[in-house]
Amino acid sequence: MSGPSEPHRPPVERFTKSAARNIFYGGSIFFFVVFVALTAHSHWYIVTTSTDEASMTASVIRGKHVWEKHSCINCHSILGEGAYFAPEVGNVWVRYGGRDDAGGAREGLIAWMEAQPTGIEGRRQMPQFHLTEQELNDLVDFLEWTSRIDTQGWPPNDAG
Amino acid sequence: MKYASQRVAYWYFVCAMVLFGVQILAGGLAGTVYVLPNTLAELMPFNIIRMIHTNALIVWLLMGFFGCAYYLIPEEAEREIESPFLAYLQLVLLMVGALAAVIGYTQGIHGGREFLEQPLWIKIAIVVVALIFLYNVSMTVLKGRRTAVTSVLLLGLWGIAVFWLFAFYAPDNLSLDKVYWWYIVHLWVEGVWELVMAAVLAFLLIKLTGVDREVIEKWLYSIVGLALFSGLLGTGHHYYWIGAPGYWQWVGSIFSALEVAPFFAMVVFAFTMVFRGRKDHPNRAAVLWSLGCTVGAFFGAGVWGFLHTLSFVNYYTHGTQLTAAHGHLAFYGAYVMLNLALISYAMPYLRGKAPYHQTLNIVSFWLMSGAMTVMTFALTFAGAVQIHLQRVMGMSYMEVQDEIAPFYWVRLGSGVLVVIAALMFLWAVFGPVRERRRVARQDRAAALQAAE
Ligand code: HEM
Ligand code: HEM
Ligand SMILES: [Fe+2]
Repeated sequence: MSGPSEPHRPPVERFTKSAARNIFYGGSIFFFVVFVALTAHSHWYIVTTSTDEASMTASVIRGKHVWEKHSCINCHSILGEGAYFAPEVGNVWVRYGGRDDAGGAREGLIAWMEAQPTGIEGRRQMPQFHLTEQELNDLVDFLEWTSRIDTQGWPPNDAG
Repeated sequence: MKYASQRVAYWYFVCAMVLFGVQILAGGLAGTVYVLPNTLAELMPFNIIRMIHTNALIVWLLMGFFGCAYYLIPEEAEREIESPFLAYLQLVLLMVGALAAVIGYTQGIHGGREFLEQPLWIKIAIVVVALIFLYNVSMTVLKGRRTAVTSVLLLGLWGIAVFWLFAFYAPDNLSLDKVYWWYIVHLWVEGVWELVMAAVLAFLLIKLTGVDREVIEKWLYSIVGLALFSGLLGTGHHYYWIGAPGYWQWVGSIFSALEVAPFFAMVVFAFTMVFRGRKDHPNRAAVLWSLGCTVGAFFGAGVWGFLHTLSFVNYYTHGTQLTAAHGHLAFYGAYVMLNLALISYAMPYLRGKAPYHQTLNIVSFWLMSGAMTVMTFALTFAGAVQIHLQRVMGMSYMEVQDEIAPFYWVRLGSGVLVVIAALMFLWAVFGPVRERRRVARQDRAAALQAAE
């Protein structure tokens, strides 16, 4: 800082506006590049390791589109993301016992969807989407495939 | 109002407030279905109502940002908007698209990725709208005075448009789909939207406090630096359980914890400037909303975000009512309040009147913020019970929901108060102002316009 011998010099600003600006632009570019690089690695990890691309059949993909067409995400969550109005479906296959009895789980899930809405007074209602036999099976295939994603051990239990 | 073309902002604010109304009415309806589940079950299921609620929110916030940009850029760049015609055209396209989307949703015409439910042609229309807008504001800035406020604002607005392009990329692999979905959702609200927020706030503080621009702009760069340094890698807090590699638990936890810093800095910034500057700005409501927005963002995004952001906590809280609590206070505190702050500030100039209906506006501030706080606490407690019963004890989802039903009544009650507060706000900014008062205060208004 300026001493008494140099009374007219303005105080030296150590951290100036242009320093702040340069740090902002430089740092942001740096972190953005790191982020993109990590995403690229994650992309590769997902297609090779954590999801089973080999079993991602045409029906699994069609099932995902059925899921999207009816916007199931705006009531349910899938892998914890979506709405909080209805149960998690990322592990619904497991909850229905699909790991031990695939046929039973498939029948159970299809029967559930066909029985909606229950119309029970005071209970949340799931709509009737009038899905065809094929759409129902595609959807189950999609849910089964999803249940096999390596999610680092989430959810904590079958309740989802 | 120094430049005639700033007037376009007025219509952006009108349209934004119409959609604000749609948003909270849909929210009120969704809250009703939670407690009385048979409501409209056949006519309009919950998923459609929720879609309208969240989409209307996002569109009106963007519309508000556009309005903010059209209002402040002429004053910063010291010239008229490049093309007011394009600005109006852009508004009409956006508003028609938004209303068409809402009507389409009620008819079952929608996509199925959360927040991105717009049909393809509306997504494309959004790109067109963005291009018109970016051309218009960028040309205005390039040909005029360059300031830090406009540089940061433009970077934020361009970022919004660039990340929007990920809406067109929907991989069949669910995990990949999620990774890139967050490129929009997270990098918007915890990245580029923060740039817009900080820039608008800096503009407001320059105008409201009269503190030296150099000081304010240095703060501005520091805050947005903190935001991007933490927020980019902070995206990792959404990559814990969707099939991405385990290292995100470290990266996401550490960097997203740092995301509190920019929000805290904004609080210190706003209060320091108001304390240092002149304290007699006649638009007390605008000062209150500006200060309140930093506090709201700090609690909603910062504190409630941090609450569930560490991976070992998020393992239990992921996708529960606690997430909804955070989503509400963060969106409200940061972006709703920011828009209401600029609207409160700008409307008197846009209408050519001295600040009016101050008391009503201030009452609506406290009522709305108080009600959102109650809603947040209701959902937080609901979330805590849910986490314990469902995630720790393993009780089934639907059984748990019955246990937490009382909290949903509180949410609905506070939601009704939000609607009332919003009506008060609308009256306070758009309501008639008596001529008598205007005459009485004319000299003050003139003095203010000159001093501005
Ligand atoms: C300005 C105020 C509001 C904002 C900013 C806001 C924002 C949001 C956001 C961001 C979501 C999505 C949450 C997520 O995915 O995590 C949401 C969902 C929701 N909001 Fe609001 N909202 C507001 C007002 C209201 C009001 C007044 C009500 C009525 C009680 C309400 C009821 C709901 C409901 C029931 C959901 C669905 C929750 C679920 O998925 O189960 N909101 N809101
Ligand atoms: C204004 C800024 C912010 C807004 C508007 C916001 C909004 C939201 C919304 C709407 C969600 C739910 C997304 C979904 O539907 O799945 C969410 C999730 C989340 N947010 Fe934020 N957020 C903000 C800032 C922050 C910050 C600063 C942090 C951390 C310190 C944070 C931590 C989280 C976490 C961990 C989740 C995931 C919750 C879960 O696992 O269910 N957020 N945020
Ligand atoms: Fe995030």
